Amino acid sequence: MTSVPKTTNLSTFGATGSRKSQAQWRRVMRRFLKRPLAVIGLVLVVAFILVAVFGPLLLPDPNKQDFATLLQPPSLAHLLGTDDLGRDVLSRIASGARVSLLAGVLSTTIAMVIGITLGLITGFYRGWFDVVFMRIIDVMLAFPFLIFAVGLAAILGASLTNVIIALGVSQIPEVVRIARGEAMAIREQEFVSGAVADGARDFTIMARYIAPNAASAFIVQATVAIPGAIIGEATLSFLGLGVQPPMASWGIMLTSAQQFLAQAPYLALFPGIAIALTTLGFNLLGDGLRDALDPKEKR
Amino acid sequence: MRVLDVSHLRVEFGTEDGRIFAVKDVSFTLGRGEILALVGESGCGKSTVAMSIPRLLGDSNVTIGGSVRLNGADLSSLNEKEMQAVRGKDISVVFQEPMTSLNPAYTIGNQIAEVIRQHQKLSRQAAKARAIELLELVGIPDAARRLGAFPHELSGGMRQRVMIAIAVACDPQVLIADEPTTALDVTIQAGILDIFRRLRDTLGTSIILITHDLGVVADIADRVAIMYAGRIVELCSAQDVFSLPSHPYTRGLLGALPARAVMQGGRRRLTDIPGFVPPPTTDPDECQFAPRCPRATAECIIRRPALELVAAEHEVACYHPGPGDTP
Amino acid sequence: MTEQPVLEVTGLVKHYQTGSRLGGARSVVRAVDGVDLTIGRGEILGLVGESGSGKSTVGKCVSRLTTPTSGTVKLLGRDISTLTRGQMRPFRNDVHVVFQDPFSSLNPRMTVGQIVMEPLRQHGHGNRRERIGTAAEMLERTGLSHDIRSRYPHELSGGQRQRVALARALVLGPSLVVADEPVSALDVSVQASILNVILDLQADMGFSCLFITHDLSVVEFISDRIAVMYLGKIMETTTRGELFRDPQHPYTQSLLSAAPVADPAGVRNRDRIILSGDLPSPSEPVTGCPFHSRCPIAIEKCVTDVPPLAGITAPDHLTACHLVTAESGAPDISAPINSMGGTPSVHNAS
Repeated sequence: MTSVPKTTNLSTFGATGSRKSQAQWRRVMRRFLKRPLAVIGLVLVVAFILVAVFGPLLLPDPNKQDFATLLQPPSLAHLLGTDDLGRDVLSRIASGARVSLLAGVLSTTIAMVIGITLGLITGFYRGWFDVVFMRIIDVMLAFPFLIFAVGLAAILGASLTNVIIALGVSQIPEVVRIARGEAMAIREQEFVSGAVADGARDFTIMARYIAPNAASAFIVQATVAIPGAIIGEATLSFLGLGVQPPMASWGIMLTSAQQFLAQAPYLALFPGIAIALTTLGFNLLGDGLRDALDPKEKR
Repeated sequence: MRVLDVSHLRVEFGTEDGRIFAVKDVSFTLGRGEILALVGESGCGKSTVAMSIPRLLGDSNVTIGGSVRLNGADLSSLNEKEMQAVRGKDISVVFQEPMTSLNPAYTIGNQIAEVIRQHQKLSRQAAKARAIELLELVGIPDAARRLGAFPHELSGGMRQRVMIAIAVACDPQVLIADEPTTALDVTIQAGILDIFRRLRDTLGTSIILITHDLGVVADIADRVAIMYAGRIVELCSAQDVFSLPSHPYTRGLLGALPARAVMQGGRRRLTDIPGFVPPPTTDPDECQFAPRCPRATAECIIRRPALELVAAEHEVACYHPGPGDTP
Repeated sequence: MTEQPVLEVTGLVKHYQTGSRLGGARSVVRAVDGVDLTIGRGEILGLVGESGSGKSTVGKCVSRLTTPTSGTVKLLGRDISTLTRGQMRPFRNDVHVVFQDPFSSLNPRMTVGQIVMEPLRQHGHGNRRERIGTAAEMLERTGLSHDIRSRYPHELSGGQRQRVALARALVLGPSLVVADEPVSALDVSVQASILNVILDLQADMGFSCLFITHDLSVVEFISDRIAVMYLGKIMETTTRGELFRDPQHPYTQSLLSAAPVADPAGVRNRDRIILSGDLPSPSEPVTGCPFHSRCPIAIEKCVTDVPPLAGITAPDHLTACHLVTAESGAPDISAPINSMGGTPSVHNAS
């Protein structure tokens, strides 16, 4: 009952000495590492990043065509086989991972920077601006994220840069919604009133009081947004609205694999697995981080 | 006559951060028609004691040791189903937050009647009549009409009265009240305490009152158990605790009360107890108050003092008990 | 000739609108409904009341964490009641607050040192090194050890946190401190040490204090003067000694009677007056005296006419009650006659 949290609090009361913020991080780490699924997620994400960063450097050129080895099944020479132009599938998966990582991280960064700024401001000031602005956000949220991104990409034209912009902008409404909610909840806390009593300016309150206390929500949101953007990039490229051939992307690999589903099913299988594992990894990581960062969810 | 006999009660919680010794060794008895106050500061284990008597600590990570006897029958030998029959009927509980303990979806009449019919074979009509009777007992005016009210339509004080009505619906022998007036205003609190007094006087209910407020103790308790770090350090009559406080911790608590400081000549300085409550993560064989105690000697940290009689009906767990000014 | 008071509040009103802006049932909560207060230099005024009395809202208006609906709040002679947040900033040197909940009043992402330096930073006092020095000195004066500066609030006990909050409130050397239930969330022994620190620092630094609490024993201990609030209005105000010696307003009398006192001999031999009913909702307009619905001795006039807050028996003892007269003083509330209000139960516990 009530005495359980009380007594656990007490254990930190009496303790004195060394830096406890490190201890707190260690505790978050320990809670995180105790969750097997979270650790699997972390491993998958780290593997994805390693492949994206180092794969293209170590593997053969993903665009090198070899008409002697067309549509070869997996073998020792080509671990994941070759495609219809004789290109090494493993190399293309790795270079597709790089595109996915770029699209996922950059578009999410755009969405977070703009969305958090707008969300904190509108949540902090409220008033008529908030009322009007949030109706616009509601309209944007009414479109599913992918439909919105497809529409934007179609207007902007197909290129990696435009994919990143389209995915970034499409994610802004959700980030705004979360940041606004955090701002509204945190500004009601007494320490914000205390800051007002200190004589703090509004910008200071947002930057030093509200944003840092919303950080864990933003971290969790990012781990959800990145895999969303990765799927988004694959989808746009699959539809021809994203990265253009011959550049490798998991979406494009799926598109071209369609014609050879009967002869070479692995052409669709491997990029499919790559997408599935990557998004699964991020989602598990996100869940684990949320549980580990938020002790209230504990037990 | 002893209604309740708690002996060597131990409660431990297993948490991610290790074991928590919430209640280390608590023994007391409760006589018929007696009000016993369990007093202590947060973390001393008083609420855990209260919850472990009706076995409401429904956590798989809890280990409970010792025994609780109701009229001589050991409750720890009962299974969960038998225990359910005891709860509400023989032992019932009133919590601090009346809002969260009432179901917002049902009228209060419904909720009272449900408890009655759970334990007694009564017709709907009879249960309703009994509900009205109970609401009148706890001083709710216009009881018949109030039966149809939903919890949110009542004030905090009224909700707490309803909670008490539900708790005493089956005329329990033991009523456990966990900080029942802490969330209420003083003028409302006075009324609630009055109900407890009346229950004791008219129905002979035995009451365990968990509180941090020595004012409440002075008002209605017969006996007092002062708890510190999971143990009872002083157990005596309500008069004695104020006139002959013997444990240094009890004396410290009294010295910290602003009202007493004013009474004793408006001395503008309160006694504060230096240091901290020890973390409940260990259970060493020593007096856990020693590091904060002005009277502590080497003896205190070699072996833990046991509760011993210092006067009639007055037990203290201290090697250096007794009145006299603390430095 | 009297010295200029540090705080002078006249006719303070704060109404909140509730309900939706687009139609629906809108109602006005009269949290504060015409309050006058004066706090002299170095004086501690205890503002006591039950939940819903509006005492915290008075504190928020005085420290300008909210804007009063009407009335004036003069801080050191200057009216701050209508200043914007920007205009208010320079005045924040002079008034600071301590909140009730030590667990939510400190920014969890700042170290103790940063928290105490924050007011200095906002007002551009000194350079970083000087600020660190001032903050460290202030922390020491509240009884905290040196090494606590690099810790975070969650690593501290409730009492330590409240000391940090106190250090932060006092670091600019304000003339007025608004303390809103600063010890209510603490255990008695910790509460005692915080009350001691407040008194020590007050003697040392000479600030005035609006001490808001529901706890009569705390208010009796700490205050020089006391104001009793009920439903947005001041019922009675006088010096501490006078209030407890001769409580005049029926509400004050019942409040003192209901408060548990840690002295069984005293408590159990007195008649206690238990008020019937609850505090009326501040969103429903009340005519006459706000207390008439629960007052055991209310007469017809109490229902119709608002009693003014006036010094009836002595100029320094203000009471808002029709039944207090200069000749016979305070009414006896345990002897109701022709009551228009609630009937109390008088109970002798012994």
